[in-house]
Amino acid sequence: MLYRTAGQFKTSYEADHALFPVRQDAFLLGFVLVLAFVVFPLFASEFTFRALLIPVLIYSLAALGLNILTGYAGQLSLGTGAFMGVGAYACYKLVTIFPELNIALAILFSGFFSAAIGVVFGLPSLRIKGFYLAIATLAAQFFLVWLFQKWGWLYNYNASGAIQVPNIEMFGITVAGPLASAATQYYFVLCFVVLMTVFAINLTRGRIGRMWKAVRDMDIAAELVGINLMKAKLLAFFVSSYIVGVAGALFVFLWRGAAEANLFDIPLSFRVLFIAIIGGLGSILGNYLGAILIVALPVVIGAVPELFGMSISSATVEHLNVMIIGALIIAFLIVEPHGLARLWAVIREKLILWPFPH
Amino acid sequence: MDLLDAIFVQPFADMAAAPDFLLQVLWEGLVGGVLYALIALGFVLIYKSSRIFNFAQGIMVVFAALTLVGLYERGVPALIALPLTLAVMFVLAVAIERLVLRPLVNQPDIILFMATIGITLFLIGFGEIIFGGENKVMITEQLYIPTGSFLFEPFGGFVSIEQKDLTAVIGAVVLVVALLVFLNKSKIGRAIRALGDDHQAALSVGISLSTIWVIVWFIAGLIALATGIVWGARAGVSFALEVIAFKALPVLMLGGLESVMGAIVGGLAIGILEKLFEIYWGQPLLGGNTEAWFAYVFALVVLLFRPQGLFGEKIIERV
Repeated sequence: MLYRTAGQFKTSYEADHALFPVRQDAFLLGFVLVLAFVVFPLFASEFTFRALLIPVLIYSLAALGLNILTGYAGQLSLGTGAFMGVGAYACYKLVTIFPELNIALAILFSGFFSAAIGVVFGLPSLRIKGFYLAIATLAAQFFLVWLFQKWGWLYNYNASGAIQVPNIEMFGITVAGPLASAATQYYFVLCFVVLMTVFAINLTRGRIGRMWKAVRDMDIAAELVGINLMKAKLLAFFVSSYIVGVAGALFVFLWRGAAEANLFDIPLSFRVLFIAIIGGLGSILGNYLGAILIVALPVVIGAVPELFGMSISSATVEHLNVMIIGALIIAFLIVEPHGLARLWAVIREKLILWPFPH
Repeated sequence: MDLLDAIFVQPFADMAAAPDFLLQVLWEGLVGGVLYALIALGFVLIYKSSRIFNFAQGIMVVFAALTLVGLYERGVPALIALPLTLAVMFVLAVAIERLVLRPLVNQPDIILFMATIGITLFLIGFGEIIFGGENKVMITEQLYIPTGSFLFEPFGGFVSIEQKDLTAVIGAVVLVVALLVFLNKSKIGRAIRALGDDHQAALSVGISLSTIWVIVWFIAGLIALATGIVWGARAGVSFALEVIAFKALPVLMLGGLESVMGAIVGGLAIGILEKLFEIYWGQPLLGGNTEAWFAYVFALVVLLFRPQGLFGEKIIERV
């Protein structure tokens, strides 16, 4: 009923390959965008912005970057956190060396630094495969975090060893730093995320995306049909690390406000990996669903005991949180190993046929 | 020139100048390596029999050690707490097989890997709620592990060897030999190896997948307990121990994911080399704490030359 596709005829290949072959998909996306751009900012409080909306957007961007590498090109990465760190530190250096530089440009540039480093650590992927490749990204993870701590130049030799985001203005409005308002930061991040998503969607559904999928499904076969493996894999590392780096810069500049080296340690990498896997590998939509779940879950679990009038110490809540998230990850993997995106695909399929079962 | 000298000449001169210190460093590295090898062994067993990359091995070490100490603190005598802990590890193995592995059978590797991370998180939360998050002291004396140290005086200097480290090394050797005999000679051991070679063929000759999985996870739990005791005796029992799981990963990659021998050789090599590198190159040249990444970079370099690890099965790819 709601999703009836009857009567939507395609008379050309272009129409069949369009971004939205079904009209309702476009309506739905428009609805979500209206929610994101108009409705949420109208009703959200400062807390909602900082604890839910902004982190969901940033985490989904990081997961999107990872998903391009792991979900589309099939190269397992456990070093996402460190690449986010590269983006953040690069942006910090750019802002301190060129204070006049527009912050949006600085963030876009900093992605290139993490992309370059991603390509360097992606080189072993030409020879090492599967779980063995995880070691290359883990080497990046531990080496880079160590570097963030030891190389004083990166944090301008300040005593705390942490990077602090100064107040930064763009076109007369403070967008980053302690003085910025949460709503401004939300819009700033939202624009970035929308931009990157459009870029990622078009990349993955075109020739490059198909090349990546062929490499993921079987790289030897892909090589035999004429795909240049080196180009495909390194391009995947480049694009993925670029998006992850931009997410890292946003992570520090538009959300955390300050960062120490160990913020980018392995738990962050795993967090992003969870989001990508629970959302669904090889899907763009999944990253957003996964991020919503992983970010909202602790907030919800924290609020539940109060609803029932129980008082539990905050330490216990913290531990319960970890435990429940662990159990939920297993439960989700059992129920739908292909992630939330597949769950949505199944529901959509059902809606199209509804009220008929087949 | 100074730099080249500091990299290629000075460290070796230092080694030659103080051979007793070098011996001490080598011994420390060896003990660390034994522990890495033990953890890697737990990984390899599970990977061989079920192709699961078990990230939870690290937390199993912590959980086993915590259970042992926790039981003792609640008034259970140490020698009774030990078998009780083993019983807990058995229950854990059964629970993991029932609740996690069985429903996820035949899923892609990365999904199973994620599931073991889920197990890790669950056990962290569970362990902290039951036993509390603070540091605990391993009940070394109550388990009759000697705690003194031997002093040697070679080359005019002196080397001190702690008795509990020596016990750890001997215990690890015994454990490994027992395990190899078990895997190669016993019926169950053969079944485990058969399952590692080919799941379907093993199933078709009547090997029960679920029974073997429980046994394998229980053995991994047993190794975890042994590791927890010896590591806990050195550094105390806390959740920080969990990070040693990350140390075991490069060991595994270096040795080859399927090879018991590889886990042992890789563990010892990484233990000794990272200590040497830290003392003679890391601290003077790079500002120290290079142990955080040395193992990974070393494993990565070796893998570039041997993509299946030192002892791994040769990867043959067909279209």
